[in-house]
Amino acid sequence: MATGEIHVFLVDDHRLFLSGVRSELGSDFIVDGEASEVDDAIALIRDTRPEVVLVDVHMPGGGGAAVIEAVLRTHPDTRFLALSVSDAPEDVIAIIRAGARGYVTKTIAPLELADAIKSVHSGDAIFSPRLAGFVLDAFGGNGPEIGDPELDLLTNREREVLRLIARGYPYKEIAKHLSLSVKTIEAHVSAVLRKLQLSNRYELTRWATERRIV
Amino acid sequence: MADIAPAADSDRASSARVSDGASPHQPSPPGPAAELRHRSERPQPPARGFALFVRSPSDRVLTGVAGGLAAVSGLDPLVIRLAFGVLALAGGAGIVLYLVLWSLSGEGSPHAALSLSRRAATQRLIAVGLMLTGTLLLLREAGLWFGDALVWPGMVAAVGSTLIWTRSDADERARWSRLASRLPGRPVETVLRGKVSPLRVLGGGFLIVLGMAAFLAAHDAFAAIRNVLFAVAVTVIGVALVFGPWLWRLARQVSDERRERIRSEERAEMAAQLHDSVLQTLALIQRTPDREEAVALARGQERELRAWLYGRAGKTDLVSAALDQMADRVEQLHHVPVETVVVGDTRMDDRIRAVVDACGEATMNAAKHSGAKQIAVFVEIEPDRVTAYVKDDGRGFDRSEIPGDRRGITDSIEGRMQRNGGSASIVSTPGEGTDVQLELTRR
Repeated sequence: MATGEIHVFLVDDHRLFLSGVRSELGSDFIVDGEASEVDDAIALIRDTRPEVVLVDVHMPGGGGAAVIEAVLRTHPDTRFLALSVSDAPEDVIAIIRAGARGYVTKTIAPLELADAIKSVHSGDAIFSPRLAGFVLDAFGGNGPEIGDPELDLLTNREREVLRLIARGYPYKEIAKHLSLSVKTIEAHVSAVLRKLQLSNRYELTRWATERRIV
Repeated sequence: MADIAPAADSDRASSARVSDGASPHQPSPPGPAAELRHRSERPQPPARGFALFVRSPSDRVLTGVAGGLAAVSGLDPLVIRLAFGVLALAGGAGIVLYLVLWSLSGEGSPHAALSLSRRAATQRLIAVGLMLTGTLLLLREAGLWFGDALVWPGMVAAVGSTLIWTRSDADERARWSRLASRLPGRPVETVLRGKVSPLRVLGGGFLIVLGMAAFLAAHDAFAAIRNVLFAVAVTVIGVALVFGPWLWRLARQVSDERRERIRSEERAEMAAQLHDSVLQTLALIQRTPDREEAVALARGQERELRAWLYGRAGKTDLVSAALDQMADRVEQLHHVPVETVVVGDTRMDDRIRAVVDACGEATMNAAKHSGAKQIAVFVEIEPDRVTAYVKDDGRGFDRSEIPGDRRGITDSIEGRMQRNGGSASIVSTPGEGTDVQLELTRR
């Protein structure tokens, strides 16, 4: 876990929400700055070098994904946590594939948000039950995969972990359930995140686009 | 003809009955207009006298006689209309027949057309064709005739038109009319869509051309036709040069207007949606002193708005929709947030419904008794099985110490699953919440 304060940066085009989050974040965090436009955000983040960026999914000018991609090109160490009111599968999957380490909805309680930022800061992935469900859906079935089979399929253990997340268990209880350490669970989740970001599994993209029609 | 009468009567009786309760086939618009129509649909007073069949008010070109006959016979109204048309060529017999039938028919009430199997419909079609041919031959013998050169080509062309435009299959006919109503001014697309179309269109088109050619040949018109074609072509080009740009602009204007109309309709729909739901809920929240209740209202509204935004509204037959509905109910009643996650979302069937209902019981249970701050429902549908979990972070319980009423609910979860060939297990430790696990193998 982090020692000292964590430097965060807020990107959201809703001013009201920005000030809300700012006041909610306790003394464990230092807000380096905030931005409400994509271009501003990219420039300011590069200037201030925050450790964790909270970024809204929906913003004019490319949305959160554009910010993440641009910043990661020059500052690959920056960690992103996506925040949104949308839980449309295609939005969520898109922002994760752009490079966010996790995704939470804006209705999240202040304490949970603080925990999520800390987890992302220490390199873990944040999977909400809903995101876990999406991933299980997206990697579901044994359809034809292209490219790297290691990236294109989830291991049974990873599936188990995702199922427990989707069932609403916190990592600690999942660890107990599976008789594993919390670190191992975190490693599994990070592996799933990596697969989600790097897999070019045909079905993954198709799944996301087809969701609108189904 | 005689066998049609009783069918028509019983048909009318049933349609009158149906219209008393809103019929699924013919949803009647509410309001005074419906009242009015309703009254006119009552069985005809005896003064009106005997009616062989009822004219169709919904499917009509002139008075609905053909539509009514079609509904009674199960044939496409087009066939009847063409038959009248051909008979009209035979010395006006069709017109006389139409008038006679009209006088014998009753005031119409809408009812679903008789739907026949493909084979039965084809048989009737052939029967009508033979009857028509026989009648024509009879009229010809009697001298009621406009001449071979007119009637027979007309008959051939009518058969061709029937081939193209009629669909014996009821399903297909429904699809057809849906298509036609969506593409009003596009006969070509309407014709070319569909499985059996190419063959039918080819055959029908051939017959129509044959009919026209026979007609022209019989009138020695082929010699003149080249000149006529040339004149027509020149005229068309001339008209196009004169009116073309204007027509083009008119068409563009029409499509612009249509797009604008669609856009404003969408805006109106969105305004209606937001007004009925979001604004109402916001007003309610402002009037709600209780925070928990306000949160429950907001959550319910959020769920509804999401479903609408992401196009899930109206897809009530999906498992996710049923679960959302269940979660909404629990939240409204007990003000406990319920998070639902569905993997492998699919349409509901009876057995999945049993799982969803059991989930609902378990969720309601948790909300009522456990004091949980959050309930998580997870349902995974795989090709061979359905698994569901309901987890709460409440106070949990010891199964040996559960009070009577709770035992009943537990039994109803387990009993329901067992009746449907599944199983349920409830894991709970006092102080650590409860996890209900449901499983069902799918056939």
